Amino acid sequence: MEEVSQIEVKPVNKEKVKLFVKVTIILAVITAFEFLIAFTVPHEYKWLRIVVFIVLTIFKAYYIVAEFMHLGHEKKSLKLSIVLPMLFIVFLIFILLFQADAILQVLS
Amino acid sequence: MSSTAVIVDEKKQNIWSGGLAPMKASYGKLMMWFFLLSDAFSFSALLVTYGTIRFSHPAYDGAVEDFIFSQSYWPIPEKVFEAVPFLHGLHAPLVFVGIMTFILIMSSVTMVLAVEAGERMDRRGVEKWMLWTIVGGLVFLGCQAWEWSHFIHGTAYGGRLLDGSIFFGANLTMNQYGPSNFAALFFFITGFHGFHVLSGVVINFIIFYQTVVGKLEKVGHYEMIEKVGLYWHFVDLVWVFVFTFFYLV
Repeated sequence: MEEVSQIEVKPVNKEKVKLFVKVTIILAVITAFEFLIAFTVPHEYKWLRIVVFIVLTIFKAYYIVAEFMHLGHEKKSLKLSIVLPMLFIVFLIFILLFQADAILQVLS
Repeated sequence: MSSTAVIVDEKKQNIWSGGLAPMKASYGKLMMWFFLLSDAFSFSALLVTYGTIRFSHPAYDGAVEDFIFSQSYWPIPEKVFEAVPFLHGLHAPLVFVGIMTFILIMSSVTMVLAVEAGERMDRRGVEKWMLWTIVGGLVFLGCQAWEWSHFIHGTAYGGRLLDGSIFFGANLTMNQYGPSNFAALFFFITGFHGFHVLSGVVINFIIFYQTVVGKLEKVGHYEMIEKVGLYWHFVDLVWVFVFTFFYLV
C-alpha cells in the first residue's frame, strides 16, 4: 500500500479539457444542423441535401479523428499512412455508383 | 539480456532500421491504428454496398406527404424510423436515432477524459470516466435492441407485398418498408456496428477491471486506455457515417 502513495497524480490539464469541450460542442452543433436540414430542406432538392450531409459528416469525422483519436497531433508519416489508403474508398464509391446507375437503367 | 547495449554506427543509422519508433507511436498503438484502417475498409464496403443497391432501385418520386411503403421503390428513411419508445403512435422522425447519436458522442467524450486522466496517472479519474463510457455503451446497445425489435415487429398498418398480401415488420427475405434488400442491409450494417459496440463495451470493461485492481498502475502507464480509446472512438466515427448514409440521406 505504501507503493500506491508514491505515485504522483498530476493536476487536470485544463487546456486539454477545454479543447475536448470545444470539440463536443462542434459535434453537437453539426448534428443539430443536420437535423435542421433534414426537416427544412424539401426532398425535391435531393442532391443538395446529399452533398450537404456528406460535407457535414466529413467535418464531424475530421474532428473525431484529429482531436479525439489524436491523429492530428501524431507524426506526419502516421497521419499519411492512415489517411492516404482511404483514397481507395473514393475510387470504390465512384465505380459502384456508376454500376448502380447502369443496373437501374437495365432493370427499368 | 534486456540490458544488452547495441552500438550503432552513427553514419549508417536509419530510423527505420529498428530499435526506434519512427512514427513516435508504440507498437501496440500503431497496430491498433492499422487494425482500425482495415475495419474502416469493411464498413466502407458495407456502406458503399448500401449506396449501390439503393441506387439500383427506383427512388420514390411523389410528394413526401403522400409517401406509403411499397415494394416497387426504395423507402424514405425518415418515414421508416419515426418511432420513439413509450410514445406509441407519435410520428417523431429520426428523433430516436438522434438520441442514440448523442449518447454515443457523449461516451466518446468520457473516453477521451479517461485517456486524459490516464496521462496524469490519476487512477480514480480513469475509473470514473471508464465507468461512464461503459454505461454509455450499454445504453446505446439497449436503444439499438429496441430499434431492432420495433423494426422486426413493424407498424400497426403494415405494408403490401408484391403478391398483394399485407406483411408486418421485417425479416431477411421480406419486409413491409420496401425492397427486401432494404431490411437485409439494415440488419447487416447496424448489426455489424452494434457488434462492434458490444465488443467495445467488453474490451472497455476488461481495461476498467485492470485499472480497478491496480494492474495498469503497476505497469507504470495507462497507454492501454489510449488503445481501447482509439477503438471506442472508431465505433463512434462509424456511427456518424451510418447515421448519415442510412438515416439522413
